[in-house]
Amino acid sequence: MALSLDKYLRMSKLPHIWCPGCGHGIVTQAIVRAIDELGLDTDKTVVVSGIGCSARAPGYLHFDTLHTTHGRAIAFATGIKMAKPELNVIIITGDGDAAAIGGNHLIHAARRNLDLTVICFDNNIYGMTSGQYSPLTPQGSYATTSPYGMLEKPFDLCNLVMGAGGTFAARSTTYHARQLTNVIKEAISHKGFAFVDALSQCPTYFGRRNKLRTPLDMMNWFKDRSVPLRAWSKMSPEEQEGKFPVGVLTKTQAPELTEVYAQLVEKLQQRGED
Amino acid sequence: MTKKRARLLQGNEAVVEGAIAAGLTFFAGYPITPSTEIAELCAAKLPAIGGKFIQMEDEIASMAAVCGASLAGMKAMTATSGPGFSLKQENLGFAVKGELPCVVVNVQRVGPSTGMPTSASQGDVMQARWGSHGDHEMVALSPSSVQEAFTLAVESFNIAEEYRTPVILLMDEMIGHLREKVVLPEKEELVIRNREKPNMTPEQYKPFAMDHGEIAGVPPLAAYGDGFKFHVTGLTHGEDGFPTNNPAIAEKQLKRLNEKISSNKKALTRVEKFYMDDAEVVVFAYGGTARSARKAVKDARAQGIKAGMLRAITIWPFAEDALLEVKRNSPKAVIVPEMNLGQLVLPVKRVIGDSAPVIPINKIAGQLVEPEEILLAIKEAM
Repeated sequence: MALSLDKYLRMSKLPHIWCPGCGHGIVTQAIVRAIDELGLDTDKTVVVSGIGCSARAPGYLHFDTLHTTHGRAIAFATGIKMAKPELNVIIITGDGDAAAIGGNHLIHAARRNLDLTVICFDNNIYGMTSGQYSPLTPQGSYATTSPYGMLEKPFDLCNLVMGAGGTFAARSTTYHARQLTNVIKEAISHKGFAFVDALSQCPTYFGRRNKLRTPLDMMNWFKDRSVPLRAWSKMSPEEQEGKFPVGVLTKTQAPELTEVYAQLVEKLQQRGED
Repeated sequence: MTKKRARLLQGNEAVVEGAIAAGLTFFAGYPITPSTEIAELCAAKLPAIGGKFIQMEDEIASMAAVCGASLAGMKAMTATSGPGFSLKQENLGFAVKGELPCVVVNVQRVGPSTGMPTSASQGDVMQARWGSHGDHEMVALSPSSVQEAFTLAVESFNIAEEYRTPVILLMDEMIGHLREKVVLPEKEELVIRNREKPNMTPEQYKPFAMDHGEIAGVPPLAAYGDGFKFHVTGLTHGEDGFPTNNPAIAEKQLKRLNEKISSNKKALTRVEKFYMDDAEVVVFAYGGTARSARKAVKDARAQGIKAGMLRAITIWPFAEDALLEVKRNSPKAVIVPEMNLGQLVLPVKRVIGDSAPVIPINKIAGQLVEPEEILLAIKEAM
């Protein structure tokens, strides 16, 4: 593909700070490709992040960008979207950022069906602080704070978003780069709250503690455990054990908050004129 | 003079009237006593004028949404009380660092912790100054009447917009829930200030420029969606808004951030002087407590005692210059009544030094400082 994505990047801010073999560059590229393929107005697109490795991505992207506090990206973005509903608001978050410290904001944004696109760079570890377990760390896996193996059960973030009333949830991985771009495109196009769980490898802090030393080992680990949605629905719970579905898991239509709000404003202003 | 609009309003209601008069277009909040009326009134009023109201999932999110809305060009406000004010501190610091104009109302109640939710306090005076981490300046205004709750709400927005900084409207429950007559000024009587917008191309625009802007150290602020494509981060950043670990740049930027307020202290600090010209005993008071101080000073004067009140309208920046003047007049005493354990006593002592005794009068369990108590202290000082 001869297409240049440079115009979406702040070339002077590159190279990025991510470790060799990190998957975050692949997810960032998928976002940029999705934006390009959708032809979004770059003046009207805002990218917001929280804290962590993923949170550094907006600094490399040539849009209005906001690098907020830990866990709060969706809450900051809610202010932006409510203020200016005409903006495309994309949130880049991580698994610790979105599921632990920011979990409350995630479920409430889903419940409100506010037209935000949340892309979770899910490497199931706290990378920036060098490898503590997150709410997405698989049970039994090793992290600096689970030296005897992770005792707790992880979240399924897509299920969480769906349970909270989110109208779009999808999952893909850095192994499925083309699919990842496609689901992000669909997420951005979706009118309402959209969530993408983008599995991304952290060979440095997750892989090397878990016998997945190279980026390739980790991507193969994604490949081996992922199941296309159609096949997934035919599998028994025993067969599903240790695996996960990829693709668009839910897509429904429901009134979107800024539209509902605009209708209220119109109604009240008409009443005021009467 | 145009026709005045006299109303019977509660302090919390007057804050909303003042904020809307100042151009409030966005409110995000979370229910908390004794500030909830502010959110309720915003919920009723803002949609009708095309403004935005949202009740967020928590206090932290409310402050975050206010920051986001401010970056989208809105005049944004949130309201809370002690426990919520604590929760907001991290994102309040973000607003300081990102230089995002906004107003945070804190209707103080008795603490620490959940404390006495329906009782008046002035216990967050130091939290307002130092609640968020790291070196920073803070602007906090404290009204002592419902009328002033209106005017200081306007003033808070003006300062926030002019200096690109969050401003704390530091109320106390007494003023928040007090009902009294207010005269709402007509629009044309009000001075409304708006943030300076960049008048350069996006390529030339530096959101944290050292030397742009009408006020020294206050760079113009573009809005998201206006094509400037700029970056804002809580990380220490250079003029272009991108993170830096370069100590020389970091120091320059952090100094600018602090000095844009500290070097404009004179312009920012507001006091009221009540019978101060020949005062031999000075009562230094603020907020609801100043009402009792005013009565005590009047009663003292009626008895031939030369008492006066220096009322701090801005708690931060601190009324240093006015207190230096007090010091030069060598009063017999400076009495500091507060609904806390004396949070402003040391700042007053720092200025007054040994030139006069500084006498605190403190209430910490929700009772008000009575005028008689202040009058007694005035008499004892004579």
